[in-house]
Amino acid sequence: MQLLYLACGALLLTAVLVLWRRELSVIIRVFAVQGAALAVLVAVLAAQENSVELWAVAVGVLVLRAGVLPYLLRRALAGAGESRRETRPLVNVSASLLAAAALTLLAYAVSQPLVALAPSAATQAIPVGVTVVLIGFFVLVTRRRALSQLVGFLLMDNGITAVGFLTTTGVGLVVELGVSLDVLLAVLVLQVLTTRMRETFGDTDLDELRELRD
Amino acid sequence: MLGALVHQVFGWRRATAWVSAGSAAVVLAAGITLAVQVGRSGPVTAVAGLLRADALSAFMVLVIGAVGLVATAATPAYFRAEIEAGRATDRTAARHSLLVQLFLATMALAVLAANLGVVWVAVEATTIVTAFLVGQRRTRASVEAAWKYVVICSAGIALALLGTIVLNFAAAHAPGTAGLDLAALAAHAPGLDPGVTRIAIVLLVLGFGTKAGLAPLHAWLPDAHSQAPAPVSALMSGVLLSVAFYAILRVKVISDGALGTGFARTLLTVMALASLALAASLLIGQRDYKRMLAYSSIEHLGLVAFGAAIGSPLALTAALLHVLGHGLAKAVLFLGAGRVLQITGTSRIDGVRGLLASHPAVATTFGFGVLALLGLPPFSLFASELGIVRAGFGAGLGWLTSAALLLVLVIAAALIAGTSRMLLGPPSTSDTAAASRIPVALAGGLLACAVLGVVAGPLPDLLDLATQPPAVTR
Repeated sequence: MQLLYLACGALLLTAVLVLWRRELSVIIRVFAVQGAALAVLVAVLAAQENSVELWAVAVGVLVLRAGVLPYLLRRALAGAGESRRETRPLVNVSASLLAAAALTLLAYAVSQPLVALAPSAATQAIPVGVTVVLIGFFVLVTRRRALSQLVGFLLMDNGITAVGFLTTTGVGLVVELGVSLDVLLAVLVLQVLTTRMRETFGDTDLDELRELRD
Repeated sequence: MLGALVHQVFGWRRATAWVSAGSAAVVLAAGITLAVQVGRSGPVTAVAGLLRADALSAFMVLVIGAVGLVATAATPAYFRAEIEAGRATDRTAARHSLLVQLFLATMALAVLAANLGVVWVAVEATTIVTAFLVGQRRTRASVEAAWKYVVICSAGIALALLGTIVLNFAAAHAPGTAGLDLAALAAHAPGLDPGVTRIAIVLLVLGFGTKAGLAPLHAWLPDAHSQAPAPVSALMSGVLLSVAFYAILRVKVISDGALGTGFARTLLTVMALASLALAASLLIGQRDYKRMLAYSSIEHLGLVAFGAAIGSPLALTAALLHVLGHGLAKAVLFLGAGRVLQITGTSRIDGVRGLLASHPAVATTFGFGVLALLGLPPFSLFASELGIVRAGFGAGLGWLTSAALLLVLVIAAALIAGTSRMLLGPPSTSDTAAASRIPVALAGGLLACAVLGVVAGPLPDLLDLATQPPAVTR
């Protein structure tokens, strides 16, 4: 039980760290830590339920979210060259941290009915998952670099996965597999686009994406 | 049986897609007959637990087949012109047709899936497949559009995933049901916890609404539709939006059961009117005709959402008919617009002048397409818009319906203004010698739309079945 809360705390902390730090390479490392925390969370649930299937899922999560995805991100970053590794958020760091606090409160308010439906140690932690989703969305909206937006999207996805495992133990194997596959594909697609963008724009600063508007 | 058949068709499609884009048309005709067969042979066909076709699914397969046929039938001509102009090669054409087949397959999976989770996976898969289609031309603008498209749609659809998970949570704690089977969820909806279900419904409607181009998260749509190659725009606007909306319809049934009709109605009405208002305000000053068509898609999906919000059988029938009519008309228009773009080389409205004089065939098709889009009598959009309005007044939503009607009129005026500037007047250049053949598919699509408006064909039974309350159809 302690470990469950520890994992949730790590999830939340890493999400906030992504908001705080501006080095893209650090953000990717933090993201990998978050993936590991998510895997620990699933593993704790697996130990609780004593289910082999869930242990397998935990390993899968560890490989995908702490291994494959950070690797892909790092490769994309390496391709981007040494220059301009800093993200330049639309909202400055202190304001983002305040926003994160507000989002946490919002998440707790919104997820009241979820906790009330089946109070248990696991469901108590649902608001943390929701917070991570909201922070991910915030990152997605306020960051300008393509890679940072990608991290925001993945944060959202981590949060959703956390909620998924905290509410019930997964949503069926077919769906679970489909979801993981889709996430992986989405990241690959975005990576291809990032590369293509660099070819056409020279850099992946979305500030330069200003051609299409009314 | 149906599932096996469908998979066989898809397998065959993928195999033939390599050969040439032309073969896709033949196979899609097979898809259509399949859909008609499903419609005739009975509303419910359960297969293997993962796929199920009831009347609503069958109707959506019909829509996919019909619009897909129009779009793919026009593809060879489009690519011939593109290759001649040096903007495409045989390889991109082959890749294009492969992706389009995958695209159609994922959409069919989305409407045939029996499980909300599988619906989600399929809808997200359409995003991934179409991302490459949107970015096909590799220009700055199209790469930007593709990026925007994937990021906004994936983020939006992630909300739907959260909603799915929350709904699964509610289902696990409700008596008699577990998991995400759509029919079971609809049947046991009254037992779901209202507080949790409310969160789930909001997330699901917002999430799938993103993909359907409804107001709060619509920003990807005009960019993606204006930058994608014409056949892809036709498919995206004609069917992809409706497939996403199909998911909303499924969710709405669950919501009505668990929370009463009021909740989903309010949510959908707000989104519908916001979409209409947004489309109206951006159409008035629109200078790009492909974007004009894209905003018109937002408008029409807004109307469909409004129909669904009203929720009476008449309104739902009209909304479904509207989906099909809009799909056909919009596919024809995007393909026509693609042709205009190839002829004139510009997508700006003021760059095109006197098209009627220089290229009568293209201009006539485009003009009639716009008339169909406006909902003028011979076309089926007239019947469906009338149906939605009548149902709106009948359901006591008089003020909201009037507001929607007013916005539709504003949009119609804007569309007429834009189109007449393009079509009428003296031709700007004298290159009338250019071939202005128009693929038969376009005329066929328009004709189908008109015929649909006069006699609804064998559809009424299917539509009736599709709009029955779930307790009756199972």
